[in-house]
Amino acid sequence: MRRTDAERATAPRAAATDDAVVFERAGIRLDHRFIWRGVDLRVSAGEFVAILGPNGAGKSTLLKALLGVLPLTEGTVRVFGRPVHRGNDEVGYLPQRRRFDPDLRIRAVDLVRLGLDGARWGVPLPSWLPPPAARSKQDRVEEMIRLVGAESYADRPIGELSGGEQQRVLIAQALVTGARMLALDEPLESLDLNNQQAISSLIQRICHEQGVTVLLVAHDVNPILPFVDQVVYVAGGHLVSGKPEDVIKTDILTRLYGAPVEVLTTSDGRIVVVGQHEPVSYHPHDD
Amino acid sequence: MTDQRLSWDVVADLQLLLQFHFMQNALIAGTLVAIVAGAAGYFVVLRGQSFAAHMLSQVGFPGAAAGVLVHLSPVLGLIVFCVAAALGIGWMGRDLDAGRRAESAAVGSILAFSLGLGLLFFRLYAGSAQGIYGFLFGSILGISDRDVQLTLAVSVVSLLALGIIGRPLIFASVDPDVAEARGVAVRALAVAFLVVLAFAVAITVQIVGTLLIFALLVTPAAAALQLTARPGRGLVLSIALSLAFTWAGLSLAYFSDFPVGFFITTLAFGTYVAIRALKLIAVLWSGRSPAPALFSLGAG
Repeated sequence: MRRTDAERATAPRAAATDDAVVFERAGIRLDHRFIWRGVDLRVSAGEFVAILGPNGAGKSTLLKALLGVLPLTEGTVRVFGRPVHRGNDEVGYLPQRRRFDPDLRIRAVDLVRLGLDGARWGVPLPSWLPPPAARSKQDRVEEMIRLVGAESYADRPIGELSGGEQQRVLIAQALVTGARMLALDEPLESLDLNNQQAISSLIQRICHEQGVTVLLVAHDVNPILPFVDQVVYVAGGHLVSGKPEDVIKTDILTRLYGAPVEVLTTSDGRIVVVGQHEPVSYHPHDD
Repeated sequence: MTDQRLSWDVVADLQLLLQFHFMQNALIAGTLVAIVAGAAGYFVVLRGQSFAAHMLSQVGFPGAAAGVLVHLSPVLGLIVFCVAAALGIGWMGRDLDAGRRAESAAVGSILAFSLGLGLLFFRLYAGSAQGIYGFLFGSILGISDRDVQLTLAVSVVSLLALGIIGRPLIFASVDPDVAEARGVAVRALAVAFLVVLAFAVAITVQIVGTLLIFALLVTPAAAALQLTARPGRGLVLSIALSLAFTWAGLSLAYFSDFPVGFFITTLAFGTYVAIRALKLIAVLWSGRSPAPALFSLGAG
């Protein structure tokens, strides 16, 4: 991948550490109960990490903690060696979402642009009144749209696009600040199988070619299993992490859940975790 | 006004239009109102907050009556009531358009009560039916110099505020989760916009009244958003349409015996329907999903 000036300007700064994410003794309490606590997690720069676990176990909370949206109750979290804060240009975020409203009248390219300067005061002006320095921003936006292959529908309203097209646009938006890490919350949810494969290989390509660290929350590990360097499994208020084959095992998950769980491998190599119907919240009074 | 006749002489028509002080006031206030309503309306439609605009306008009605009753400007009463209501909604911290059933029932009851309260206030003020009529449906009469000055001040403040919060407000409107992660104060912006909306509603009521407020606060923006999905262009187009409806409506009302509220709503509605119909025809014509290039007014 050829690097442009905009990329060179944003990409290589602060490469002092190889750790993209470090959680130490971290815990988050919401509404008087801990979602998870005692979390130690280390993600190296450039890794592709899958975050798995049952609904409500705190997978999204993990992402929100490293975005600085939800503050930790205890412990520390550092991203690229620095404390977390909202508006960090180094972290791109794709929240868990329903589709955009079909009637939402804003173009895909405008949405990507908002990722670049949407937090800044001012008002977007029509293109016949270009503010100074708008050109380089527009170039950056167009470069990201090419990167995700969204050129052919970038000028259409976001609500008219298919689920897969919307996800590509949102990945462009997440990357547009020159992010070195992507925090993706169920980006494959509600996509058909073809789109799941297309989007996951796009994410893998970005991880590989741009050296972007990827933390991807998923329900089903199978579509991304070939790409994953590390699996983080969140359940029962704790998490385990490691290589997929070391973590997604009957004994490991049974201990994590505190209840019988069985990991099965189908004849075509897909992994199925059965028996995860237990309560997923962690109550500190219980132990 | 019955002896005012339109002719083909545009200069003579303009002289007729501007010969009375009340009409000068109506045109100045109308122009300011149209700009603010068109700009605020863009965000109202983008955020899907039509109901909030409607609610603020109805809460403002007793405010106008109270302003008349205590011999202050009705516009001042409107501003006080609307801003108080906006802060109230913001303080409750609820999303009015989330469609909660119990809440919409409660809000409906409050709205009916506030109209009733306005009725009482106007009755207390020596039963001025003309005043009630004007504030329900709009009027070109009775906009005083003092109202014009207030409208000017409110317009400047509102437009300045929108000019500052515009971009992050769009971000927070279309993509609140990402906006929050990018450092936008989503909640605070929502309250700030409600206050700006309250200002816009308060001055718009003078021209189209409480009940026809959508004609300037929703329809021009809805039409503009049908024509373009570009934020800057949509904003400018919304203001332009709002200005066109207001000027045409005020002029038609002046040269005829029919109320201004009727003309502005009809022009706005007619334009909106025409645009939807043209788009539908374009879609059927091209035989595929909506063609954005066809209507994106020029290149670039």
